[in-house]
Amino acid sequence: MTQFPLTDHIPSLRRYARALTGDAWMADDLVQDTLERACSKWRLWVVGSDLRAWLFTLMHNIFINQARRSMRQAAAGATVNADDVEGEMVAPDAGTAQALDLQRCLLRLPEDQRVVLLLVSLEDLSYEEVAKITGVPVGTVMSRLSRARSRLRELMDGPATAAAGAPTQLRRLK
Amino acid sequence: MEKPHDTPHDAHGELMHDRINAAVDDQLPAARRPELEARLAADPAARDTLAAWQSQRESLRALHRPLLDEAIPDALLTAARRGEAGRRQIDQWWRWGGMAAAVVLAFGMGWLSHGQIGSRTAPGQLAMQSSQSFVHQASLAHAVFSPEVRHPVEVTAAQQDHLVQWLSKRVGRPLKVPVLATQGYELVGGRLLSGDGGARAQFMFQNAAGLRLTLYLGALDATPAAASGASVSAVAPKASQQPSNMETAFRYSGDGPVPSFYWVDQGFGYALSGAVSREELMKLAQLVYQQL
Repeated sequence: MTQFPLTDHIPSLRRYARALTGDAWMADDLVQDTLERACSKWRLWVVGSDLRAWLFTLMHNIFINQARRSMRQAAAGATVNADDVEGEMVAPDAGTAQALDLQRCLLRLPEDQRVVLLLVSLEDLSYEEVAKITGVPVGTVMSRLSRARSRLRELMDGPATAAAGAPTQLRRLK
Repeated sequence: MEKPHDTPHDAHGELMHDRINAAVDDQLPAARRPELEARLAADPAARDTLAAWQSQRESLRALHRPLLDEAIPDALLTAARRGEAGRRQIDQWWRWGGMAAAVVLAFGMGWLSHGQIGSRTAPGQLAMQSSQSFVHQASLAHAVFSPEVRHPVEVTAAQQDHLVQWLSKRVGRPLKVPVLATQGYELVGGRLLSGDGGARAQFMFQNAAGLRLTLYLGALDATPAAASGASVSAVAPKASQQPSNMETAFRYSGDGPVPSFYWVDQGFGYALSGAVSREELMKLAQLVYQQL
């Protein structure tokens, strides 16, 4: 084990969180929450088991809980402390229009599909590992993956106005 | 809960999708490959899907790739280091089992016998690691935070009373901020960090040229039970029978990213780090020592 086992995983956690949320601040908050959760739950991690899979499991659970909560908050209008983001609001990526488009379309996928697509594509996790992380059967992982890829392709291929339906992240929960 | 195949309008197509997925993600068993290739040869739509999904996968991997090489933000580093320190503590406790008293003793002995560690048994090595890791962490913390432009400290010198009160509480001992104005250094502020054994405070100073020094400090026998600070002086000297064990002379360390002078006084470790000459750092360290 390296001396900084957690630190070693931060870059990939950040990338995944960024693609998942589409927002630099939300992503780093998610990573921070994950690290803090990991600190408080260290005793539950079994030495020698896959630390990365464990961290992604923690992050997944936090994300899903937050996503549920934010669906309600989004409708009410979430607030951001301007002092906190001042100076950071310039888009950091030299993102091409295509990258922005890809991120935008990604955010239109239902969360459960987006999670599976990104875990598989970015992290090279096996379908079985993704099933463990997300707590669903492998068959469900496979069908979510197919749907995510088909849907993302439609969104990317379609004209920008085609996807005029309400974005999923703004759906209001009763 | 969603069923895996709640829309089996095309079970065959779904199976094909699964195989295409596996091919795209390089998770298709080699034995299945010929079969898939045969099917693809006969199915232009499937070939089209495979190509589209492959290129989609590449685009996704490229999307935020620069983040992988970006410097990790302070807050995340701090959170991770805190966890790592906690984990090492757990590992040590597993390793040492009920040797808590011996570990406390070792901190004292290790400091005394710093130069003759070679023949020591494991507890001595542990103590040596702890002293070395203390000064190394001090140097590392300096390297991490002193280049910060926007957030070099958590609490600035403008709120010095609050800063001192807060950090004193967290490290479990009343702290004082040394005055280095005679040498041209003013207090910038401070922050709370976690070291191998517990809370660490870092005070940052800066001179007119923008050169920064950091003073890093914390209790050294920081077993979990000693986190309150009360046992710092009570337990260790008794165990070692040598009250003076918890004090050392100034030592110089050039191992970390920046040089440091460090010393131990009444069970409390101090390290002054900065990219200045050894003589100047020594002078500053003495100035700090006299005031604390």
